[in-house]
Amino acid sequence: MRAPLLIIALLLAAAVLPPIFASGYQLFQLTLVAAYAVAILGLNLVTGFNGQVSLGHGAFFAVGSYVTAILMDRWDVPYWATLPPAALICAALGFLIGLPALRLGGLYLALTTLALAAATPQILKYRLLESWTGGVQGIVILKPDAPFGLKLSGDAWLYLFTLAVATLLFALTANLVRGRIGRAMIAIRDQPLAAEAMGIDLAMFKTRTFAVSAMLTGVAGSLAAVAIGFVSPDSFSAALSITFFVGMVVGGGASIAGAVFGAAFIQFVPNIADQVSKSAPGAVYGVILIACIFLLPQGVAGLLRHTKRA
Amino acid sequence: MRFGGIVALDDISFDVGHREICGLIGPNGSGKTTLFNCISGFYRFPRGDIVLDGVSLAGMPRHRIAGLGIGRTFQNVALFRSMSVRDNLLVGAHHLGRTGFIANALRAGGVRTEARTAAERCGELLALLDLNEVAGTVVAALPFGTQKRVELARALMGGPRLLLLDEPAGGLNHEEVAALGELIRRIRAHFALSVLLVEHHMNLVMSVSDKVVALEFGRKIADGTPAEVRAEPEVIRAYLGDGGND
Ligand SMILES: Nc1ncnc2c1ncn2[C@@H]1O[C@H](COP(=O)(O)OP(=O)(O)OP(=O)(O)O)[C@@H](O)[C@H]1O
Ligand SMILES: [Mg+2]
Repeated sequence: MRAPLLIIALLLAAAVLPPIFASGYQLFQLTLVAAYAVAILGLNLVTGFNGQVSLGHGAFFAVGSYVTAILMDRWDVPYWATLPPAALICAALGFLIGLPALRLGGLYLALTTLALAAATPQILKYRLLESWTGGVQGIVILKPDAPFGLKLSGDAWLYLFTLAVATLLFALTANLVRGRIGRAMIAIRDQPLAAEAMGIDLAMFKTRTFAVSAMLTGVAGSLAAVAIGFVSPDSFSAALSITFFVGMVVGGGASIAGAVFGAAFIQFVPNIADQVSKSAPGAVYGVILIACIFLLPQGVAGLLRHTKRA
Repeated sequence: MRFGGIVALDDISFDVGHREICGLIGPNGSGKTTLFNCISGFYRFPRGDIVLDGVSLAGMPRHRIAGLGIGRTFQNVALFRSMSVRDNLLVGAHHLGRTGFIANALRAGGVRTEARTAAERCGELLALLDLNEVAGTVVAALPFGTQKRVELARALMGGPRLLLLDEPAGGLNHEEVAALGELIRRIRAHFALSVLLVEHHMNLVMSVSDKVVALEFGRKIADGTPAEVRAEPEVIRAYLGDGGND
């Protein structure tokens, strides 16, 4: 299941090339793909690996974005230094939401997290928080330039920065799931009673997995906020959570690499749909999505696994 | 132990000695699996106690039971379906591991040592239970009899002192049942553990057990050596009343 290191090294080498030839806007899009990949990776950890269905991960993405925006806007914290606090806050939030999730499970958990996603824009607009969140207006943040006098455009630098953070997070997560901890996560999803009989502490694992998952998606939100240079409540509607869910399914549940394909899908397929039909892009998107699910029932990652075996 | 109006276990008391194989028999619905579930902590029993080497299991969190040295298999097989045979076994060693989320994410030194120890044990058990050929196969694709063997191997991965086997002969033919009897004795000798064996195959129970306990409607109706239990009028009646067996 794990891609050999050589392939990963080649892909990474290819991934650092775009700044040479791509336009600023293309680099911006690729930056978002890297951020979304981390967001989907987080969702996949809790839903794909651990079996706790979340339709509300957009909320963690929003919190990560706002932590970064507020720290940069009010305290002039450099963008890179906002990532650790965003990670910690989102992990704590994920842990807290993981507690009631223990009792809900299944479809009820899915609905509850969806409600969280639906409430997110309203919470962000809430008047008492307005002095921090900027209310409906949101917060504009300055796009950083390349540091150390590097001769790179801001877009190129941000792309490389985001790529580096994403690569690190992917490596850590891949380590996490390939051993004892990852097997316990999957065991809980497959057969919780037997997992307990093997000595796995369900409550501990589920809440920690939720926390790590929220942390990843929150950091993804931070990265995206820096790239976009702007946060506002309406960018974090429930549709965002559903989009992440779509990305996870298309990429392949319980797959690390699948998150990258899922991210590319949610970033580019809406644009493609828009080019195919200006009048009904939603319908085209839906058709492409359904086709993907029919042709690749186990996601893109599942397809790659099969071709490797054949 | 009761479920609504059904008294599933009532005033049962018996001991399993060190390195002893204890057969647990009884007609369908007599409470054998319920007893296992009480030992595993899946059911909370309102009265009485279960004690392992001086430690009471009453109110013990379920995930602590494996750490006390109790391993089990399930009557209807409860494997991790999407995982390979090898990974199922490795989960069986979960409670022997100590490394947490952060150590694993960083792949710290302890993680590798732990993984190596578990892999060695896994290799031994795959060989012992003749599972080498299917080690990489996803368990859902295996026949029922093989799945039962995987469960047995998984239970042994945790290094139990007491092994609970719930109808391990389910889905096996006559020769396989005989081989299973041999295997259970070998496992007891090799791992120096005690076994509590639930089975409907009378020949198997009677030939491998040092001691047999018979249940009916949640009550103990007999215990003693296989010969004693077999001769007990209550047991004969319960089994004849049940339509006979074997
Ligand atoms: N979770 C439960 N809820 C309600 N009743 C239960 C439950 N588990 C077991 N019972 C009842 O308790 C009694 C004992 O069942 P148990 O499964 O322990 O029998 P058993 O001896 O294992 O039988 P078998 O040989 O068929 O496996 C039965 O009457 C059963 O219907
Ligand atoms: Mg039973």
